[in-house]
Amino acid sequence: MKNKLVVSPSPHVHSGDTISKNMYGVLIALVPAFIVSLYVFGIDALILTAFSVLFCVITEYGVQRFMFKKEPTISDGSAIITGVLLAFNVPSNLPLWILAIGAIAAIGIGKMSFGGLGNNIFNPALLGRVFLLISFPAQMTSWPLPSTIEAIDGVTAATVLENIKYNPSALPSISDMFFGLESGSIGEMSVMALLLGLIYMLWKKIITWHIPISILLTVAIFAGGVYLIDPSPTNNPLIHLLSGGLMLGAVFMATDYATSPLTHKGMIIYGIGIGVVTMCIRLWGSYPEGVSFAILLMNGLTPLINNYVKPKRFGEVVKNG
Amino acid sequence: MNMMLMAVGILGAVGAGGATILYFIGQKFKVDEDPRIEPVQDVLPGVNCGACGFPGCNAFAIACVEADELDDLNCPVGGAETMASVASLLGKTASKAAKKIAVVRCNGTCDNRPRKNEYDGATSCAIAAQLYGGDTDCSFGCYGLGDCEAVCPFDAIHVNPVTLIPEVDEEKCTACNKCVVACPKNIIELRKQGPKSRRIFVSCMNQDKGAPAKKSCDVACIACGKCVKACPFEAITITNNLAYIDDDKCRLCRKCVPVCPTGSIWELNFPPPRKKEPEAEATTVDA
Amino acid sequence: MLKTFRIGGIHPKENKFSAGKSIESIAIPTEVIVPLAQHIGAPCQPVVKRGDEVKVGTLLGKSVGFVSANIHSPVSGKVKKIDKALDASGYKREAIFIDVEGDEWEETIDRTDTLVRECNLSTKEIIEKIASAGIVGMGGATFPTHVKLTPPPGTKAEVLIINGVECEPYLTADHMLMMQKTEEILVGTQLLMKTVNVNRAVIGIENNKPDAIQKFTQAAKSYPGIEVQALKVQYPQGGEKQLIDAVMRRQIASGALPISVGAIVQNVGTAFAVYEAVQKNKPLVERVVTVTGKDVTNPCNVLSRIGVPLRDLIDFAGGLPENTGKVISGGPMMGKAVASIDIPVTKGTSGVLIIATLEARRKQMKDCIRCAKCVSICPMGLNPTTLMTLTEYEVWDKAEKEKITDCIECGSCSFICPSDRPLLDYIRLGKGKVMGIMRARKN
Repeated sequence: MKNKLVVSPSPHVHSGDTISKNMYGVLIALVPAFIVSLYVFGIDALILTAFSVLFCVITEYGVQRFMFKKEPTISDGSAIITGVLLAFNVPSNLPLWILAIGAIAAIGIGKMSFGGLGNNIFNPALLGRVFLLISFPAQMTSWPLPSTIEAIDGVTAATVLENIKYNPSALPSISDMFFGLESGSIGEMSVMALLLGLIYMLWKKIITWHIPISILLTVAIFAGGVYLIDPSPTNNPLIHLLSGGLMLGAVFMATDYATSPLTHKGMIIYGIGIGVVTMCIRLWGSYPEGVSFAILLMNGLTPLINNYVKPKRFGEVVKNG
Repeated sequence: MNMMLMAVGILGAVGAGGATILYFIGQKFKVDEDPRIEPVQDVLPGVNCGACGFPGCNAFAIACVEADELDDLNCPVGGAETMASVASLLGKTASKAAKKIAVVRCNGTCDNRPRKNEYDGATSCAIAAQLYGGDTDCSFGCYGLGDCEAVCPFDAIHVNPVTLIPEVDEEKCTACNKCVVACPKNIIELRKQGPKSRRIFVSCMNQDKGAPAKKSCDVACIACGKCVKACPFEAITITNNLAYIDDDKCRLCRKCVPVCPTGSIWELNFPPPRKKEPEAEATTVDA
Repeated sequence: MLKTFRIGGIHPKENKFSAGKSIESIAIPTEVIVPLAQHIGAPCQPVVKRGDEVKVGTLLGKSVGFVSANIHSPVSGKVKKIDKALDASGYKREAIFIDVEGDEWEETIDRTDTLVRECNLSTKEIIEKIASAGIVGMGGATFPTHVKLTPPPGTKAEVLIINGVECEPYLTADHMLMMQKTEEILVGTQLLMKTVNVNRAVIGIENNKPDAIQKFTQAAKSYPGIEVQALKVQYPQGGEKQLIDAVMRRQIASGALPISVGAIVQNVGTAFAVYEAVQKNKPLVERVVTVTGKDVTNPCNVLSRIGVPLRDLIDFAGGLPENTGKVISGGPMMGKAVASIDIPVTKGTSGVLIIATLEARRKQMKDCIRCAKCVSICPMGLNPTTLMTLTEYEVWDKAEKEKITDCIECGSCSFICPSDRPLLDYIRLGKGKVMGIMRARKN
């Protein structure tokens, strides 16, 4: 034997799981939604997504190389996800320079100012989106009509949730909403595609069911309760489940590792919180959509949840016998 | 105009009311502090290192004020100077504790002590010590993973990247004892700094018998006893196959140094001996 | 549905290359080294001195204190010296070196293969025999068996669980022992049942050993009270607490002993050793060891005397491969990497695993991404990532509240971590510190 023996503490084998495996898994799960967005918005979706990813990666590289002065870790794929999710959260006619500001805000403020991957308190993509929503409200809330709906280029349309608030008679059909043939941000419309992504991530054990299911159930129950009291179409739980950024938020944004709780119990509390805040904003707030704010709010509460909610300890909770 | 006056009036009233309440609360909960504590604390270094044995400089200052004599109290960081000023502030006499310094008692460099295996766990001496005796045949020597360096509040101890043995910066070391506690092998000892920083010590902790000790490290103490015989002041003892020089008894005569067959007895900061030794240390405990 | 434990768990690749390879005896070398500390508890006091003639089974070291175990000579020959020797603990400890001459056994030992089922000894006599034979837990924990069989007063065992899980990847020693010594293990189980006065015993076997499950189910028919329970494959099912949960659906409270839920767990290897000690008068002088690894020419299960250097076992399996990076005493999850292959086989050596250079080294540690995978797989319901941080920053009071002392050191957290963080390294350190603090507070 030529080499010296290596000595290290146990365990001596590893699952082979890596950060990048998880991150690229999320990216694969985003592919169906991306395909739908290409079909609905055409080349615009591709340009915006590519541009957003590029800017996020460049920002991350720049900060790590020139400010942190350490080896950049852009290959782990987390900046790419932030880029894709940011692009999925904006209208397809958003000027590129605004998107660039959003990308720099997302990575620079949302992630790197806290120390990078794993240390950020708020979901970077959502932070970038809300940054843009508040800074450029007009550009961020004028959605072009999907190209699949026959219309002249440049005409904008209201989203389902705006219709709920201001024009309840113009709601699209449930099936259109399920497949994504309505107006909205690039990646948020097709519930079907997003659900495919969810199934993929659950199958690959990238995430657990606790966060998305608890959010969706809370929204359904909350809206259902209100619907029972006041059965107008604007309170229809099905429409609330299928519309706006709920599905994208529940599946891809709320489940962000660094900003969600560690324990299953904590995840459920976090999910319920997101669902309740979302519905409160949707029904009674001044914004038509509240998923972003709800997730950011619960992101802020995550350390508190982690502090108070402990995992189910062996021998403590489970009944014997 | 009326509005403005009203605003000023309301705010002024709120402010005055708050101030009154705060004043009475302040009176009620006032803590009487010995007025001597603050000036004493001012002359202390204020790094809260805990080397004195108290939780921080404030606690040490209180102890100084309350003590009848300062004999048992010493701030290792500030040294005699600080203690003298504390003593003059309080009108007491300072103890004359000799200044101490951290000494690394292992010379198992990569050259002296061949590596037999390779450690690949977390970079922490404490974790390595829990696992095994180390990457050489000597299970008493330094791991070189730098727990002492990590714990030092004064940036005074650094693992030499070539020799993998820590070196103490005499200028910065305050003998705060933190590295002594952190070292899982008890290699680091606080010893008297000695006049002109001159000191003599056994730079080895190996308690194996002579043959295996020598086999595992070229500069190990083999407990041959020559130094014990050479010492005119009975300062050297051998326990568990290891020589130890008592720095209270040692008069720095240097007679033990040349008789050591493995060169494990070190003299630091002495003028170069008559016959040229390979290394004459300048200011650091070189490895 | 198959039973398993209810919190956490992982599925490492099994890699049981030596499965189905019959147990082979290996030759006795010219010198053996018998460490005096082969068990948890106080090391033995040597009762022989340099130059003494010993036979196989001669007492070498006498147990001191309650938690300790006797040590017998595994060979016949002459005591060469009593000196320090490196063992699997990674430190040099007292050991007895014996020069081997022939292979003479103590006359009292029955070396035939005939099965002896009858036993007319009283409970006390059986426990005494187990204690004098120096039997310890053969699964790797090496806790003296007679101590486990003497539960504290006021407690009553209901079920004896025999651990045939062997959840560690690579290892097959218990599996092969179960296949070849089925009846002996069952007799040993009966003896153990008698000592703790229970009339029900469950042999837990993971479902990846269907042949063993079948063989035991068949054979157990003629042993009243003994049943076989097939278990779903999941690591760390061989852990005492997890096995009790899987078999009995009862969880032991933090800091309590298995007896608190009425269970006593013994390994199949221990049951076999008990059979040999009680029915054949044979002290614990040899054990089955799996020698394996991806690049090992001939992965095998060998019957080795205690004190034989690992080198001999590796040579028997085809020698150390060129690309050896790490040699482990035990399994890949909880075994100990050794600094030298000249260390001896001890009572707790269940396997010798050779890992290639490429796999031996850990990957660079990255920042925690808070994916919470370690939290969801921890079989004790702990929060490994937080425990590691608390240890790094030495927040011992909080670590104690987070139940760091409940950690069973199974290694699942380090195994799963996508950031390659050495979670268990730190938790083990913190656990030791917190236990020290708790002990100091008690005194």
